[in-house]
Parts: sequence; C-alpha cells; structure tokens
Amino acid sequence: MSSTAELVQTIVGKHGTRREHLLPILQDLAKEQRYVTEDAMIEVARALDLSAAEVYGTASFYTFLEPVPTGEHVIRICKTITCYMKGKDEVIKAIEDHLRVKLGGTTTDGKFSFFAANCIGWCHEGPAMLIDDKVYTKLTPKKAIDAINEY
Amino acid sequence: MVKLTINKIPVSVEPGTSILEAARKVGITVPSLCYHKDLCIAGNCRVCLVEVKGERTLTASCAVPVYEGMEVFTNTLKVRNARKNVIELLLSEHRCDCLKCEKNGKCELQDLAQEYRVEEKSFIDLSIGKRIDRSSPAIEKDDSKCIRCQRCVRTCAELQDVSALTVARKGEHMFISTFMHKPLADVVCTNCGQCVNRCPTGALVERNYMEEVWEAIDDPKKHVVVQTAPAVRIALGEDLGYDPGERVTGKMVTALKRMGFDKVFDTDFTADLTIMEEGTELLTRLKQALVDKEKVALPMFTSCSPGWIKYIEHEFSNNLDNLSTCKSPQQMFGPLAKTYYAEKAGIDPKDIVCVSVMPCTAKKYEARRPEMKASGFRDVDIVLTTRELAKMIKQGGNDFRHMEEGEFDSLLGKSTGAAVIFGATGGVMEAALRTAYEIVTGHEVPFPNLNIMPVRGMEGVREASIKIEGCVDAWKFLEGVELKVAVAHGLANARKVMKQVAEGTSPYHFVEVMACPGGCLGGGGQPIPTDMETRKKRAMAIYEEDEHMEFRKSHENPEVKLIYDDFLEKPLGHKSHELLHTHYTKRMTK
Repeated sequence: MSSTAELVQTIVGKHGTRREHLLPILQDLAKEQRYVTEDAMIEVARALDLSAAEVYGTASFYTFLEPVPTGEHVIRICKTITCYMKGKDEVIKAIEDHLRVKLGGTTTDGKFSFFAANCIGWCHEGPAMLIDDKVYTKLTPKKAIDAINEY
Repeated sequence: MVKLTINKIPVSVEPGTSILEAARKVGITVPSLCYHKDLCIAGNCRVCLVEVKGERTLTASCAVPVYEGMEVFTNTLKVRNARKNVIELLLSEHRCDCLKCEKNGKCELQDLAQEYRVEEKSFIDLSIGKRIDRSSPAIEKDDSKCIRCQRCVRTCAELQDVSALTVARKGEHMFISTFMHKPLADVVCTNCGQCVNRCPTGALVERNYMEEVWEAIDDPKKHVVVQTAPAVRIALGEDLGYDPGERVTGKMVTALKRMGFDKVFDTDFTADLTIMEEGTELLTRLKQALVDKEKVALPMFTSCSPGWIKYIEHEFSNNLDNLSTCKSPQQMFGPLAKTYYAEKAGIDPKDIVCVSVMPCTAKKYEARRPEMKASGFRDVDIVLTTRELAKMIKQGGNDFRHMEEGEFDSLLGKSTGAAVIFGATGGVMEAALRTAYEIVTGHEVPFPNLNIMPVRGMEGVREASIKIEGCVDAWKFLEGVELKVAVAHGLANARKVMKQVAEGTSPYHFVEVMACPGGCLGGGGQPIPTDMETRKKRAMAIYEEDEHMEFRKSHENPEVKLIYDDFLEKPLGHKSHELLHTHYTKRMTK
C-alpha cells in the first residue's frame, strides 16, 4: 500500500466514511501534506464511495484546502475591503518584489506560496495576513517582509 | 389542495407544488433555465423570477412552493426588467457564436434572449479564455458557453450516479469541472450524453460528424452503407416537426436513400442476431452452472449499451466476466457489412464506409474502441446521433412530411418486433425471453400476445421470474427452473443491481442494463427535450411498432436464418466468436 493510501486510511479510520466526514478528512490531509494531493483525493473517494470529482469539487471550494501543490509555507493575505482600505495593495507589491512571485504563485525554490484569502477576521488590525497558522497584523511593507524572513 | 392566484387566475394545486409548476398547470409559462423536470431543484439561474404580493424581493418560482392565498404575478414590468437583466448577466458569461453553434435554434438561452429582446452584450465579456474540451470522440465540453446552471452536474449525479462532472471553486471563479479539470477522455465519464441532452446552451454537445458523412457520400469510390438503431425511428420525427411518439420508420428510410446512401440497412437486423448469440450464451452459462457444475459468472448482463459498458469497466471491473461477450448490435453490424455483405455484393471492404445512426453519444466512443476492428478494418466508421440525422435530412432539402414510405434493403435489413423493442428499457430482456423460452420448451412464452408486461415500464429496477416448463430433450435440465431476471435503466439504478452482484447476493440469472433512463429511447443522442413524458410516448411508439411487425421473435427473422446458413453456421460458432463477440477492459476506478 502506498504511503498516501495508508495516510488516508488512518484519517478515514478516525473520522468515518459517511459523506459528512469528507470535510474533516480533507482538513486533516491538508494538515499532513500541506495541500490535498491528487492521489489522496482518489483514495478518499474510494474510501467514502464518492466520485473523485466530488472530492475535488469540495476541496477546491475552500481556500484552505488547496488541491494543487503549494510551497513549504503558505502566505495568505486578506483581500477584502477593510484591509484594502488600510493599504494591503502596497504590502502585496512589497511581498511580490521580495519573493519574486506574483500573487497566486509559488516561489521557484518551493519555499513560499503567496495567496489571497477572504476575510480572516482581523479587520480591526488590518492589513492582515497568515503565514501557515500564524497571524500577522497591522502590516506595513517592511513588517511583512520581516515576518517572511522569520521562515 | 392549496388555493392561490397567478395573474389573478385562481389555481388549486397539491401542497408542495412550486409556483413555476402551478403556473404551467394554468397555461402560464414562466421562463426557466436551470430547472429540468428530470432533476432536483437548483434555483440558481434566476430567470424564473416572479412577483409575490407581500414579498420584499422577487421570488425564484421554481424553488418556492405555493401557499394558501398566495398572489403571484408573472408578467409585471418589474419582473420583465429583472428577467431581462438576469439574461444579460448570463449572456456576459456566454460566448455567442450562435451561427456556428451546434445548438443554434435549439438553445434555451438564445430563445430567451430573443423573447426578451436582449441586445448584444450589455456587460463585460466573461467568456474569454475558457477551455473547450474535445478530448472525447463523443462529447464536446465548451466552458465558454456554460452559464453554470448545473443541469449537467445534477444529471451526472442523480440520474447516473457517476458524478464525472462537479462544481469546482466558488463564487465568480466557480466552473463545471471534471476531477482536477482533466480532459473528459481521461475521467470516469461514460459518454452517455445525458448531460448533452439537458444542457440549455451549447456548452455540452455531441461531437458532430455530419461533414464526414457528406464527404463519404460524395466520394464515387466509396460504397456508403447506413444502419439505423431501433430508437431512432420513434424519435427522429420530433426534430422534424412531429409530436413525440410518432413513428417515422418508412419516411426515414426514404430520406436516407435520397441523401445518397448506397444501402440503407437496419441495426434491428443485428439486434435479432444479438438475441440469437446472447440467448445461446445465457443457456450455455446456465448449463455450465447447473449440469456441469462449473464456476461460471451469473447473473449474465446484457452488453448493448456502451455507456453501461464503460461504467462497469470503471466502477465494477471485478465483474467484467458477468457481461455477455456479445458486441452491441451496432458493432455486430459493422464487421458483417465489411465481410458477409461485402462478399455477397462483390465489393472490396476497404471501399465500404459504414455509417450508423444512433440515439446515443456513447456509440461514437464505442465505434472507436481499439478492439472494434474484427473485419480487418474500422468496423463502424462514423456514428451520427438522431439529432445529427435530423439536421442532415433538413440540409438535404427534402420535404420529410410528404415523403413516401421506404423499405430497408435486404441482407442486413430485415428485422422483427423483438429487435424494435431493444429501444425501450426491458426490450432486450423481452426479446431474449421470447426466443430463449421457445428454444428450451418448443413453445411460446406464456404471456398474452408475446407481451412480457412485467419487464416493461419506467420503474428504475424491475424484476420478473418465469418458471420453465415442458422442456424439449436437449434442455431437460432446465425443467422446473425458475428463471429470475431483472431490468435496470439509468446508471444510478444499475449501481443498485451491481452492488448486489459485487456482494454476492444477487438472486438473478440474467440482467438487462441500459445506461440511459428509459433505455435507448431516452438516449443522450435523442431529440431535446427528453423527459418522463416524452420517454413514455416514445415507449408506446416502440411497442406499437413491435405489434405491427410481421415477425415478432428474433429466431424467426428470415435474414438471420440465412446468415447462419450461409455464413455464420451457428450461434457461438467460430465465425461468431471472431466477428460478433468481444472482450472488456479494466479501467481506473475513480
């Protein structure tokens, strides 16, 4: 059995095989593998007796369940109106220049993916971003790059 | 009953009826796009907006049930303006290449745009840069014409339980996708075309091969023969101005001759042949199981429906031995046209172009399967749907309604009522029983007028059992055996039957499966719209056609007798194995 199949089996064993277990299973997979791999989606589809397309449809709906390969760390900057008004565009530009990658892309060394996210609930301290699970707020271009340099 | 008024007309309907359905009951049409009678309610296109007194906003009439005292207005200025706006927004996602579009004149979005006098694009064009997927030989998926109504997704999930199509991403980025947005040819799609039959626009259409056929006809070196499937003759009329359920067999034959085909043959002939081969195969399997005590795969499944074949190859690939090895009638016809007929007519098979007209999109895929070269050539060269034939008849410029009735050409053209009913769910089963029972007992099936009613109808899975009595000597071991059979149509129903088989609890000896709801008469290549009402009318037409036939049992077909005498020798004989039987392929399971 492949390591993906084993991983899926363990996670499915924890949650169950009903349709409503799909989301927690995908969340655990994303935690383990950073993103939800094609093979993993196929294995989940088998385990839950769903079509692979349905699993992909569900995964692709959620910003935090990327069905495409991501970098080692994922930066998610809030793209919504409050952060916009507080200057997220300058922060994005600075990060793009620093990482030499466009929003939505992954650095060539595979270290960072840079994505936009919907509101992450830090409007009062915007602009805000996440690096993996950690929140960075009241960003300026400099603060953002300093944060990235921690990794 | 719930009482309400629609445009001040009093209406009384069952509780739970939607506003849209209530309106249709009193002859008021509310436009709709995502709504389809065969499918669950989605309520996403917003074209069916109406005004309900007391409501702050307009209401999507397909998704809201009526209540007592409701006052509905379907045609106020507010409603009309809102609908026009909705249509304009939908058009902003839709690439309007109407003149070249397969659905030109048959597009529900085009009709509405016309009805609401919508001008060219009022909003920015969002259709740019979308993918057109031509990877499948059967179905073309053009995302630039998709309005995301999700009829296709619901069809694939609810009717077929395949879910090759899904909704990916969300909001403005949402689109109709396969797994990982792979090409259709690389996923579990069965090519059944039920989505094509339900797409309101040209986003999902069959791959069109009309030009290839005209070219072949125009080539003086080519001898072009055509075969027509049983379900074509009872539905073709719908695309040529007839009501559902009108039979146009004779006119269709004349039309094909006038189009320039050298010979007009009938898939019904090979349907009869299928019964001879498949019936014998079933009896042989029963003998192996009951007398020789061999391990043999039962129940045996029919193999006429190429959508069903690809489905089982993907989803239940451990049970491929349960499939009859018989090719479908289309694929039996091809090699016979290029061997038996070529020999008799003295024509070099390399010059024969074999065209077939099918109610089916999956047949386009089936004809291109690599193993379908039993004659040494591509057995069936070009496959058209019923819809494509209707278009070609119109192109030919002949007045179909006043055409005289023609007769199929001989050698591969004679058929029986048993072959005609192949077009309806349960038909192959009925035809097989009419013949197998008589082979075994020497007398006719014990049903009035040969009509085996328990296997007919539109119930998703039907079962029947026949006690075999009075066997002739060769089949004495079947005396008293209760033959158990089942019929399933629509792959969601096939799955139910297959689960029993996979678990080893299936009680049946013989199971007929058709991929499409209603069988071939509801096929993905049939005229649009197809819904329960049209399916029932087409089924009635099929059984009428059966009752009008000179012969009603496959083994009585004189041309079938002739081909066994002159060429094939006997069912399951050496030549049959070479030309008429096939094998199956395990495919990826997800």
